[in-house]
Amino acid sequence: MTPARPGRRAGAPRGGRPARPARPGRGRRTEPGDGGPPDRAPGGHEAHTPPGRPKEGTLDGLVASKEIVICCGPGGVGKTTTAAATAAMAAHHHGGRVLVLTIDPARRLADALGLSPRTHEPGLGNTERRIPDEVFRQATGTSPRGELWAAMLDTKRSWDALVERHAPDTRTRERILANPLYRNISGRFVQSHDYIAMERLYDLHARGTYDLIVVDTAPTRNAIDFLDAPTRMADFFSSRLLRWLTASYRSRVVNLASRPFSQVADRILGTQFLGDIAEFFILFQSMYSGFVERAGAVTRLLSDRRTTFLVVSTLEATPVREAEYFARALVARKLPLGAIVLNKVLPPYFRDRDAALLAEQLRDGADAVGGRLSASLGTDPALTTRVLAEVADSFLNFGVVARREAEQQAELATRPEVLATVPFFEADIVDMEGLLRLGAMMWS
Amino acid sequence: MGDARPLPLLDLRLLFVTGKGGTGKTTVAAALAQLAAGRGKHVLACEVDAKGDLAALFEAAPTDFAGREVARGVVAMSMDTEASLREYLRLHLRIPVATRLGPLAKALDFVATAAPGVREILTVGKLCYEVRERNYDLVVVDAAATGQIVGQLAAPQAINDLVKVGLIRSQTDWMLEILSDPRRTGLVAVTTPEEMPVNETLELAARIRTETTVQLSAVVVNRVLPELFGLHEEEVFDELFAHRAELSKMLDGDAEPLVEGARLAVTMRRTRAEHLRRLRDGLASEAASAGGAAAPVLFVPYLFSRAHGLRSMHQIAEALGEELGL
Repeated sequence: MTPARPGRRAGAPRGGRPARPARPGRGRRTEPGDGGPPDRAPGGHEAHTPPGRPKEGTLDGLVASKEIVICCGPGGVGKTTTAAATAAMAAHHHGGRVLVLTIDPARRLADALGLSPRTHEPGLGNTERRIPDEVFRQATGTSPRGELWAAMLDTKRSWDALVERHAPDTRTRERILANPLYRNISGRFVQSHDYIAMERLYDLHARGTYDLIVVDTAPTRNAIDFLDAPTRMADFFSSRLLRWLTASYRSRVVNLASRPFSQVADRILGTQFLGDIAEFFILFQSMYSGFVERAGAVTRLLSDRRTTFLVVSTLEATPVREAEYFARALVARKLPLGAIVLNKVLPPYFRDRDAALLAEQLRDGADAVGGRLSASLGTDPALTTRVLAEVADSFLNFGVVARREAEQQAELATRPEVLATVPFFEADIVDMEGLLRLGAMMWS
Repeated sequence: MGDARPLPLLDLRLLFVTGKGGTGKTTVAAALAQLAAGRGKHVLACEVDAKGDLAALFEAAPTDFAGREVARGVVAMSMDTEASLREYLRLHLRIPVATRLGPLAKALDFVATAAPGVREILTVGKLCYEVRERNYDLVVVDAAATGQIVGQLAAPQAINDLVKVGLIRSQTDWMLEILSDPRRTGLVAVTTPEEMPVNETLELAARIRTETTVQLSAVVVNRVLPELFGLHEEEVFDELFAHRAELSKMLDGDAEPLVEGARLAVTMRRTRAEHLRRLRDGLASEAASAGGAAAPVLFVPYLFSRAHGLRSMHQIAEALGEELGL
């Protein structure tokens, strides 16, 4: 597949892309942004799944009324899996064309979706790929009501696409693509991810190909970076320093205002590198208005009511602190915090007081109980005693952790519309069946 | 475990600690600093992303670029690239910084946004500088997460390729010399025995070798669950699980949560053991394909503790000390 060409309007002919399916209609939605209950897909699908109307205050209901779901939060809490599960559930039960877009540099979504995980052939490229219905059928025995697509953010290609769209002419485009600084920014360094991710989301949404786009964000440490990226980009292009730099490069006559800066920059970076930088930004300035306009549009899309944010976390101390910070940052920016999803929560029975007392009783009396039990089970008494003591100890140990988790949850200060907890899964979620099992728990 | 040969990990001068988010990277960095300080070393512990978690593990107030002693022998600091540039300019250009703070701050903003590698190099540069000047016996860095560490460590090389002359160029040469020296610089990757962290660690091992000059010195596996039952005990447990009603009767209470909890612990442990095996095999085959030696793997047990903080950090330092044969 060739990389998707940006900038096409919805409805324009799309080369190499299957036509939008007639079946899972766009009709499931009411007017975008009205926040009302979703209009369920018209008849003919009841045979597959009878999910009923999504309930108020559940993830099910929240997702059904949105066009963009952005999963964010600290790393290592199952964010990618949560995003994939949300998209899979929506495709399976709500219908429509659903895309999950992962932004993380590591190719984890491919793992979670079982797409050529450990090979170097690109299982998930910058291009969206459809997850075959067969994958759903194998997992559930039924076909999904809609379609599930997946894509991974390829920073370099997305930057190239952006340049191709905004460059005023072929020559400028070629020079930008060949500029050494551009090549480094787009391919090598960390921070170019933030902006390009939101840009790509905007582009995908504007194409109108998908009913729902679920985005998995990078676990940026200063997690709000990507929220501010569009603004930062716009600010940057209108900065005075940029003008100073490009002016001195253009004319070689250093004006008074920019002289100290140029001197410092020159000594630190060297003239040749400075030249590359300057060329890069002079070229980029030709795309300035396009960029600023887009950055504004991206910001508006993020705060639109069609968009919702899921903050994903576990109940461990550090992730909770980061999730809390993130939730507050969203609220402060007036961005729609739809839900907090708490993953890997220990089952509640570990906090049961009676069970804990019983465990203590068993730990202290393992000898006696072991003797009696081994007689009736026909097992070795010493072994049985050891096993009982381990059972009791293990329960009390996990009880400590479970109480710590409950404490963390109680301390969550920001309360979104939906608070979902997902229990600890014994095994890893590596296939569609696991994703849907996880999804079902999130939605209930 | 197994191989008892002590690792000279703490004899290095510069230790970058990375890991997938949520694996306990910061805690392990703090524990390594604590461990080295406990052995009489003068340690600088630097947090790269300035969230204050590192100082919090020592129950200390957040630190800044200047740094402050947070425990005996441990000075903690938070990286601040702007302050780093200022220090650099003061040391190397003799620019009267005080009179030009405004333009400089903007210049940094510009430089960092225009050439993002510059931000990385100001971070790595400051750390290498502390090593070169021998201000500390050991510099432990709570570095970028797995996804970004390669970019951070490869920045001097990238800048070297990009910038042909100028002060930055002359600086990257000695930085690279420090970073490339396996007797001075090492990377510690923290992981947990779970699917994704192990995948990322294996990916990292390969990328570090091909894309940077830094050596992967150790992999720390955090939160390793204890083995609940030996082989014969497990058979007894299966028997017990099948007859848990009998146990309830004997205890005169509902024993279901107890045995169910133990079953969950056993399954979790089993799944994780599989990932541990995958990690070891993967590290070994990656090393073999590159004709090098695999990084040693150190284990830190899962802590069933009431809270996170100084106490758990000390427990982890203790466990690491044992693994290092100290």
